[in-house]
Amino acid sequence: MFRNTYDSDNVVFSPQGRLHQVEYASEAVKQGSAVVGLRSKTHSILLALKRSLGELAAYQQKMHRIDDHVGIAIAGLTSDARVLSNFMRQQAMGSRMQFNRPIPVNRLVSSIADKAQVNTQEYGRRPYGVGFLVIGQDKNGPHLYEFSPSGNSYEYYAMSIGARSQSAKTYLEKHYESFVDCTLEDLIRHGLHALRETLQQDKELTINNTTIGIVGPVGAHENQLLAEGSFRILEGEPIQVYLNTMQPKRAPEEPVVPAQTDNVGEEEGPTHGATADEDVQMGE
Amino acid sequence: MDHFPTHWGRPRNELDDQYNTFPLHQRPANHTDTFANGVQRTQQPIVTGTSVLAIQYKDGIMMAADNLASYGSLARFKDITRLHAVGTSTVIGASGDMSDFQHIQRVLDDIVTDEFTAGDGNSLGPAEIHEFLARRMYARRSKMNPLWNSLLVGGFQNGKRFLAFVDLLGTTYSAPSLATGYGAHIALPLLRQSIDPNPDAVTEEAAREILRNCMRVLYYRDARSLDKYQIATVTEAGVTISDTQKLDTTWDFAENIRGYGAQTQ
Repeated sequence: MFRNTYDSDNVVFSPQGRLHQVEYASEAVKQGSAVVGLRSKTHSILLALKRSLGELAAYQQKMHRIDDHVGIAIAGLTSDARVLSNFMRQQAMGSRMQFNRPIPVNRLVSSIADKAQVNTQEYGRRPYGVGFLVIGQDKNGPHLYEFSPSGNSYEYYAMSIGARSQSAKTYLEKHYESFVDCTLEDLIRHGLHALRETLQQDKELTINNTTIGIVGPVGAHENQLLAEGSFRILEGEPIQVYLNTMQPKRAPEEPVVPAQTDNVGEEEGPTHGATADEDVQMGE
Repeated sequence: MDHFPTHWGRPRNELDDQYNTFPLHQRPANHTDTFANGVQRTQQPIVTGTSVLAIQYKDGIMMAADNLASYGSLARFKDITRLHAVGTSTVIGASGDMSDFQHIQRVLDDIVTDEFTAGDGNSLGPAEIHEFLARRMYARRSKMNPLWNSLLVGGFQNGKRFLAFVDLLGTTYSAPSLATGYGAHIALPLLRQSIDPNPDAVTEEAAREILRNCMRVLYYRDARSLDKYQIATVTEAGVTISDTQKLDTTWDFAENIRGYGAQTQ
């Protein structure tokens, strides 16, 4: 696939000024199944597509809790992700221990970005083969960050990484302006719609292959009592209610229609589109 | 220079870095000889400060400490500031060993600088500073090498007052009025009487008067005290540490004390 000179180690620039090993590491992220992250005024959420190795295998865990206020979703090498999330947990615990303060989310992300940067510069090392979407909340509200093997980290309104994530990005770019004022339920629905874009033709989102991670106040469909809206992962049966709110998939040029959710008193945001007709049903 | 060839080229300590992830350029020295410089530990405080008083009042907290650092019973340094602002919303006051206090000041200034350099809008408030100090003090006592101080930490953050104590053992507690050292015996009952029922009813002027009165009582009673003192306030507006103030005291009665005043018989 890639056959370049100047790609046998990470300390030599190519004549074009590129570091091939770092770029290959970014390709590893694209091998992982897709992850979508969105942010509103009150919530940050992650949605991930889980893969299983086969009929007999369990689905691979895609999300990890780092601390009460931070969670991550991963795309790429799971083993690298475990090392990094372990490090993040230590950082978070260190902050709780030393200052009795939840670690500011940006510092947590910067700390792993710094580690990843070292791997792009020192001889005898390889970059991490994993990308994260990190959500968390601090005194400035909810946040969404992307971490990548190149040592970059950016904050986003909405972002997607992993296999076929470009399709999800296209959806997010089209709708992101409405996310700010979304309720949690609307935000999840947008996330599911974005995540659905990354699926192969014959696949669809089910309670088995979808994971949802949330920080922010408890939503209408959640019955647990959470202090300060700490990070939680929804899997299995609890996400059925969100899958039910999804609109059937339509042809690309069709306008988006507000979903008829069954929430009492929930009003859809006015930002997305007008009428719906001739919706194309997704093939079963 | 590390003279042990066996340590040369050792990439990193596996115990500290199980995943070999420690950046090479930040690696700690491969070998340090713990006993190279002998072992020196504080056995007792040498140059000491006496009591610190602190109270909560309507607008925030107020802290007072005199300007004396004693060398045993000798009033050695009379212009020492024992109140120290940490960031923009915290003040600490120290009694006990003054060199250990200077160490604490440096450490705190360092973490405040680090916090500022991060440049992300986060800052350390009084609660964080107090937790940090408590952890440090306890860690040092666990190494049998305590920082020989009793500290009061006061501040104001997010519309809330904060006032707490931490000592050389890492012991912590909190109350509307606090005092360290001799002040905990002499001044604290007076402070409790006027503050604890309702700190919100105490105005700044009243708080200042209460502290001045307690400092005067301490100057009369505490042989390691001085009539020069400073008052720090922390409010919504931030930290202010006053200039040195002098106590008004009268010693007329001393004339009548046998063995102290001029003897008449």
